[in-house]
Amino acid sequence: MKPTNINDPEYFHKVVDCQLACPAHTPVPEYIRLIAAERYTDAYMVNWASNVFPGVLGRTCDRPCEPACRRGRVDEDEQPVAICRLKRVAADNKNDAEVIARMPKIPATKNDKRIALIGGGPASLTVARDLMPLGYIVDLYDDQPAGGGFMRSQIPSFRLPETVLNDEVNYILDMGVISRFDTYVDSLKDILDKNYDAVFVGTGAPRGRDLIIPGRDEGTDNIHIGIDWLSSVAFEHIEKIGKKVIVLGGGNTAMDCCRSSLRLGSDDVKVIVRSPRSEMKASPWEIDDAEREGIPMFENHVPLEFVIKEGKLAGMRFDRVRAEYDANGKRSLISLGEEPVMVECDDVCIAIGQDNSFPWIERDLGLEFGKWDMPVVDKETFQSTNPKVFFGGDAAFGPENVITAVAHGHQAAVSIDLFLNGKNVQHRLAPGATLVSQKMGIHEWSYDSGVVDDVRYAVPHTEVKLALSDRKMEVELGFDPLTGFAEAQRCLNCDAQTVFTEAKCIECDACVDICPTDCITFTHSGTEAELRTRLSAPANNLDQDLYISTDKLPTGRIMVKDENVCLHCGLCAERCPTAAWDMQKFMYEVSKAGSDSVQLGAEQ
Amino acid sequence: MSYLKPSFRHPDLPVNDLGYTKKNYEGAISTLCAGCGHDSISSAITQAIFELSIAPHNIAKMSGIGCSSKTPTYFLGNSHGFNSVHGRMPSVATGANMANRDMIYVGVSGDGDTASIGMGQFTHAVRRNVNMMYIVENNGCYGLTKGQDSATSDVGSKSKKGDPNPFEPIDLASIALQLGATFVARSFSGDKEQLIPLIKAAIAHQGFAFIDVVSPCVTFNNNPGSTKGYEYVRDHLAATGTVDFVPMKDEITTSYEAGTSQEVTLHDGSVVHLHKADSRLDIHSRRSALALIKDYKANDQLLTGLLYMDPDSQELHETIQSSNKPLRALTELDLCPGNKVLTSINASLR
Ligand SMILES: Cc1cc2nc3c(=O)[nH]c(=O)nc-3n(C[C@H](O)[C@H](O)[C@H](O)COP(=O)(O)OP(=O)(O)OC[C@H]3O[C@@H](n4cnc5c(N)ncnc54)[C@H](O)[C@@H]3O)c2cc1C
Ligand SMILES: Cc1ncc(C[n+]2csc(CCOP(=O)(O)OP(=O)(O)O)c2C)c(N)n1
Ligand code: SF4
Ligand code: SF4
Ligand code: SF4
Ligand code: SF4
Ligand SMILES: [Mg+2]
Repeated sequence: MKPTNINDPEYFHKVVDCQLACPAHTPVPEYIRLIAAERYTDAYMVNWASNVFPGVLGRTCDRPCEPACRRGRVDEDEQPVAICRLKRVAADNKNDAEVIARMPKIPATKNDKRIALIGGGPASLTVARDLMPLGYIVDLYDDQPAGGGFMRSQIPSFRLPETVLNDEVNYILDMGVISRFDTYVDSLKDILDKNYDAVFVGTGAPRGRDLIIPGRDEGTDNIHIGIDWLSSVAFEHIEKIGKKVIVLGGGNTAMDCCRSSLRLGSDDVKVIVRSPRSEMKASPWEIDDAEREGIPMFENHVPLEFVIKEGKLAGMRFDRVRAEYDANGKRSLISLGEEPVMVECDDVCIAIGQDNSFPWIERDLGLEFGKWDMPVVDKETFQSTNPKVFFGGDAAFGPENVITAVAHGHQAAVSIDLFLNGKNVQHRLAPGATLVSQKMGIHEWSYDSGVVDDVRYAVPHTEVKLALSDRKMEVELGFDPLTGFAEAQRCLNCDAQTVFTEAKCIECDACVDICPTDCITFTHSGTEAELRTRLSAPANNLDQDLYISTDKLPTGRIMVKDENVCLHCGLCAERCPTAAWDMQKFMYEVSKAGSDSVQLGAEQ
Repeated sequence: MSYLKPSFRHPDLPVNDLGYTKKNYEGAISTLCAGCGHDSISSAITQAIFELSIAPHNIAKMSGIGCSSKTPTYFLGNSHGFNSVHGRMPSVATGANMANRDMIYVGVSGDGDTASIGMGQFTHAVRRNVNMMYIVENNGCYGLTKGQDSATSDVGSKSKKGDPNPFEPIDLASIALQLGATFVARSFSGDKEQLIPLIKAAIAHQGFAFIDVVSPCVTFNNNPGSTKGYEYVRDHLAATGTVDFVPMKDEITTSYEAGTSQEVTLHDGSVVHLHKADSRLDIHSRRSALALIKDYKANDQLLTGLLYMDPDSQELHETIQSSNKPLRALTELDLCPGNKVLTSINASLR
């Protein structure tokens, strides 16, 4: 097997599981250490540079990093580090004035390039955040009265206080973005005719799916499309709902609809889904939060009709089903053949999905549309087939989440900057990467290498009764600084990399003997699959790489380290008599628009 | 700072017949110098005992004084242990063994502890065939007292201090053979593939099982000119062959070519199999072992591996026909069997 090339930034990037899983590749362990050091503003800025909305994301992120977190797999009973809620600790405790002072400087003299951003959600705002400091003139169009997109119209205030959102949206608008709110763009052609040098489409996936079954028209006054209803609640066009509410759907929108209903006067809310509960798409913690508020969930109920009495919605009828899976795992719902179940209600929220819709984009602008009437967009450059027009966020490839929209925004900004400088958008800067030794002395590293046993801390919640009394009262309270510290200490510092130098190794086995999780083996070479069968401990996680040295060791064997459950405790390096192992901090930075980060990947 | 070893272990660690993982056989974190060969031996002992599925409370670790003798703290943390006076481990181990024959005795000593101050004690434990494993962690120096040459240091070998050793070395494996040891082996701390099966065989052996393990002292005797450093040992290593230890419960599945292998069945039915690298060796012959050690040494090579095994070994308890039960299991009735028994004993003496 070929020796590992640790100068390829992607090798150690894979070892920092959370950072790899984060769409924006936020340097998680770096900010977690800063939180432990009570350097909240620094922790905030590390976040802000990557994910732009640390306060918002610290409360609402989909947290793809957490299922990936190494801590969650080092033991059966271990749970991941509360990465998301730690982000909030940084946001809650930062020094606001200092944050403002540390915002990028915006050149007073602009370059002569004008850019239109359509839609004011996280994707567009990220493009603005990256391009404003480079001197571009940026116009932002949105049909809502304020910026933030779905973060404002969809995510309810009891999950995301308006002040937190305003602060983070304003950091960007205050850079001098020319905002045109309450402006629905009904023609891309008109925009292009205004001679913008580039256009970014960040209009999200704004169309909620309807459910066309008998009774839909007659009951329409009390039947609401989930996302439209949530935005009416957010903008205070709707202030109450009936006593009995049915929410159809099992995703996060359904969870927001049912919990909002409880706060708008309903005292009997039921979530009803077609399929088994195990297939509900909502994040587990969102389901937990809804259940904590006493909302029951009913599975395997397929809607048959809206029942109308005296011209008004009176309930819904459902067919009870069971799920069957064929050999390919494809599911079908089989009716139990029972009498339909009648569920009484005053209102229904339909939260069964959203779609993109681009009625405002003319089809003769050289902008190709493909499958499902979606624009053809390059996955890496975010450029459409009209070279001036870029897409990002939910508008690019369908509904995702805030952090994905941010990641798209960064990349689209890189493309726009390259494009407007007459460069090839495919020629992107490699990520910046550095490795720096953390050794301070004997048994001393510049990070806390000890591994604590604490189990994951739970975030406190506002008492349910109190929370329900006020639509805007935040439910989750966040960690206090002490709990934040304790949780931060659970992080294994996966960016403190074990770096091996075969020229120094005398094959004394000290590292093999001390390693708590049996990561290291000295053995004769072989193919990867075969090597995996004869290491110190089973190496069955194929997602995790083997770190392999050359055979330039005294015995001609190779060193193989399975990265899978390395605790980054540094004991191998401490027990090595010759410093053949060293713990080195790996910093990986996604190149941003105009970023002059050195191309370490190529250089080293 | 991590003086503490994290409590996490590999989540897919194998379990042995008792349902334990290797973690149940670990000891405290070592305080020896980073890279000391002794730590590798501790790890080999841990692994071997784990694989043998011995309940930790059935083991007693015995040692003297020295870096090597400190190591029982760093393995088998759930077992019994006795850290005796310098060189006196053999007599304490003999006493313990006499008192409780049901325990498994793991003796760990150093070349100083055994070949100098403890030489007299050592010889008698060998001679009496005390049922124990006796490992000498042989680094050619007194590590704990800062690296003075020991009695096993080769003539001309230089420690870190730089003066060549003027004295003839004591070869502990040869001495053990001459004194009648019933199991003799030699190994190298850096070769666990060889050491682990040897430890298993030594534990299963009924009688005195001696293993001389060359174990570099990285701090005082791992320099150019030393014959006990990692580099020198690796360059001069030879082996009698590879050893397989097949526990009684397992079936022997490997087939061996005739003439190149030798097999010993132990009292408990387990089998030690030597796949020979040198066909001159007969593991049932002391003479063959002694001769080969000399031959290899003459060629500047260190012969490791299994050297000798007596399958008919009679351990001390059998020789002196002591009680079958550990002393602590003897009741008042066993010890004072009453007038009737006394009368019959007296009658037998008339
Ligand atoms: C109920 C609900 C809850 C959610 N909760 C979470 C959560 O907790 N965490 C999370 O990460 N994600 C969540 N999401 C998803 C998340 O909100 C989106 O993925 C994200 O906001 C997408 O960002 P974007 O920039 O692509 O577009 P959006 O945020 O959708 O912003 C698009 C903006 O463009 C405007 N617009 C659209 N068309 C036009 C036009 N023609 N002219 C002018 N303006 C236009 C829209 O009104 C909107 O303001 C949730 C979504 C919903 C529906
Ligand atoms: C009675 C007595 N004499 C001398 C000493 C000093 N002393 C301590 S350890 C040691 C030598 C240890 O050498 P060795 O057994 O080879 O152990 P190593 O440290 O090399 O592993 C000596 C002489 C002592 N502790 N007790
Ligand atoms: S332990 Fe820390 S660094 Fe490692 S994956 Fe989890 S959060 Fe990231
Ligand atoms: S840092 Fe070294 S000793 Fe610690 S778990 Fe990783 S490989 Fe093992
Ligand atoms: S501890 Fe150091 S010298 Fe010893 S085997 Fe490991 S890397 Fe090599
Ligand atoms: S002094 Fe030598 S024998 Fe003692 S612990 Fe250090 S390296 Fe090992
Ligand atoms: Mg010694």
